[in-house]
Amino acid sequence: MISVLAPGPHTTIQDSGRPGYYAMGLPPSGALDQYAHACANVLVGNAESAATLEATAAGPTLGFDQDVLVAVTGADVDVTIDGRPVETWAAHLIRASQQLTVGLARAGARAYLAVRGGIDCPLFLGSRSTYTAAAVGGLSGRPLVAGDTLRVGHEIAAPARPGARIDSRLRGRTGGEVTVRVVPGLCNYRFAAESMERFFGGTYTMTARADRIGCRLDGPSLTYVERDQPFGAGDDPSNVVDLGYPVGSIQVPSGVEPICLLRDAVTGGGYATLGTVISADLDLLAQARAPDTVRFEPVSIDDALAARAASRSRLREVRTNLNLLSLF
Amino acid sequence: MTHARGGSPAYTTFPDGSRASFGGDEYIFVELDEAMSIAAALRAQSITVRITDLELPGVLDIAPANSSYLIRVDPEAIDPRRALTTIADVHAAGQTAAATISTEILDVPVLYDDPWSTEVCMRFRDGHQSATETDLQFTARINGFVSVDELVEAHSSAPFIVTFPCFKPGNAESYQLVPRERQIQAPKYLTPRTETPARAVAHGGAFTVIYPSSGVGGYQLLGRSAIPVVDLSQTTREFRRSPVLTPISTLLQFRPVDRAEYDEVRRLVDADQYAVRRAPVEFSLSDFDEDPVGYARSLKELLS
Repeated sequence: MISVLAPGPHTTIQDSGRPGYYAMGLPPSGALDQYAHACANVLVGNAESAATLEATAAGPTLGFDQDVLVAVTGADVDVTIDGRPVETWAAHLIRASQQLTVGLARAGARAYLAVRGGIDCPLFLGSRSTYTAAAVGGLSGRPLVAGDTLRVGHEIAAPARPGARIDSRLRGRTGGEVTVRVVPGLCNYRFAAESMERFFGGTYTMTARADRIGCRLDGPSLTYVERDQPFGAGDDPSNVVDLGYPVGSIQVPSGVEPICLLRDAVTGGGYATLGTVISADLDLLAQARAPDTVRFEPVSIDDALAARAASRSRLREVRTNLNLLSLF
Repeated sequence: MTHARGGSPAYTTFPDGSRASFGGDEYIFVELDEAMSIAAALRAQSITVRITDLELPGVLDIAPANSSYLIRVDPEAIDPRRALTTIADVHAAGQTAAATISTEILDVPVLYDDPWSTEVCMRFRDGHQSATETDLQFTARINGFVSVDELVEAHSSAPFIVTFPCFKPGNAESYQLVPRERQIQAPKYLTPRTETPARAVAHGGAFTVIYPSSGVGGYQLLGRSAIPVVDLSQTTREFRRSPVLTPISTLLQFRPVDRAEYDEVRRLVDADQYAVRRAPVEFSLSDFDEDPVGYARSLKELLS
């Protein structure tokens, strides 16, 4: 058992997500930084399906009543075990009665804490991911509070390797100045051509209005192609007849402050969307925070798929490196 | 088909005029029409049914919307470029919509002009188009009705069809089965409410929704449904088959009830003894187009 002594501002149980329920209005949820989440699991020898804790801005303080292997990845945070600093992106054995604290993020926005076996809680539609808007998954669909207890699961896939660490070359990025790749499309035709040049040529700043639903960015405003609005769309030129929103899609209500949707976003609505951030780069947005800067780069579907393959191969390299480690 | 390189929008136009594009590496978005119509909604529904029937491995989600649809794939299991080609073939092969859609019509008892909606909406006049009227009075006036009763009569005169389940589980945008010139229309709040009673029946744009749970909302509040539309735990009788009451294509017949009947239905729902009145329907767009008023009446009669 793990006791939550202090929860942190927003700590939830997340796994790789709950695909398959878009048609019911249920977004996929899951860890916002999928790479950091997966690396935390790999470090402690967990199966891919194991749930981790996702901590935003600052992490929790946890008490343990059993020996367990832990790892913290993602944002650049101080992690201490009984007050003694330990390295992130590395596996540490924690003893029963010890306490672990994940501190304030110096860079990046979200830290992931994996325990060997995974965080256990009831599955909802095949996933443990917390989706607070519908109060499902995790612990009754809500963030952790002090006094909660967490069970350790049995989702193990590889031997325990205390001391294993991920090479700095293979660690994820934590904000700063990021460039994310976007496949233009969706309702792109609604935006004036020079607006698209402004969008892809400009620099945007992350605002403080960012959560698991999406993030708002400050920067050049955009204009729409003039038209008589079609029946059912609504009067504002940024309105369209309500349609589905992909995770990663970018909408610009009334032309100002683009919003990029993340994994807890509503599945649809009535704003024109100009394109979609590719899956590999959603992790970069998950770690960006005010006042980090974001530039958007248009790419083709072919480039998006190549980037996805590169991201998968990076995770394979992490696995291979850790497996080699256990041979020596 | 060609896919444009980065920089220009990568649209593919299908033989039937639909416009398709990729949403990153995991999504395919197809827009059948830029305007809302029952025909476009039914076409989106029948095309997505045909795509579902293909049982393509690697397709994670098929989500129809009002006049468009979204498909999510796992690129490790299916190349989205290949999936797009398959979808294009479906559009090329199947002309317009299926002749009929197999669905159900549900009776939804509604307390229009209910005290909870009135109380909530009057607290949010700051973010509203009208400083003094209730949402119901405002919606009646801007649609040219002389009284609230006339709006209620119009809203409950013909069933609605669910065209887009979205926003949160249980919520479903539905569009009334009346000709376009008789569609009730209302703007959304200028600033959304931070509070909406659960089961509120509300109208925004040309769509009615029943809010599944309390929370934010921007649609005009017309009344309150006596029956719930979601039970994610699936423990109550109406939700054993599905956690949502009104999946896509469901027909909803709103029925005005008085406070006594509303309270009685609520009592039975709370005791899990209320059975929603429902009847199977083979909905035909051509029958509707031929005689909208008569067809709507015949659908309504299925519930009597």
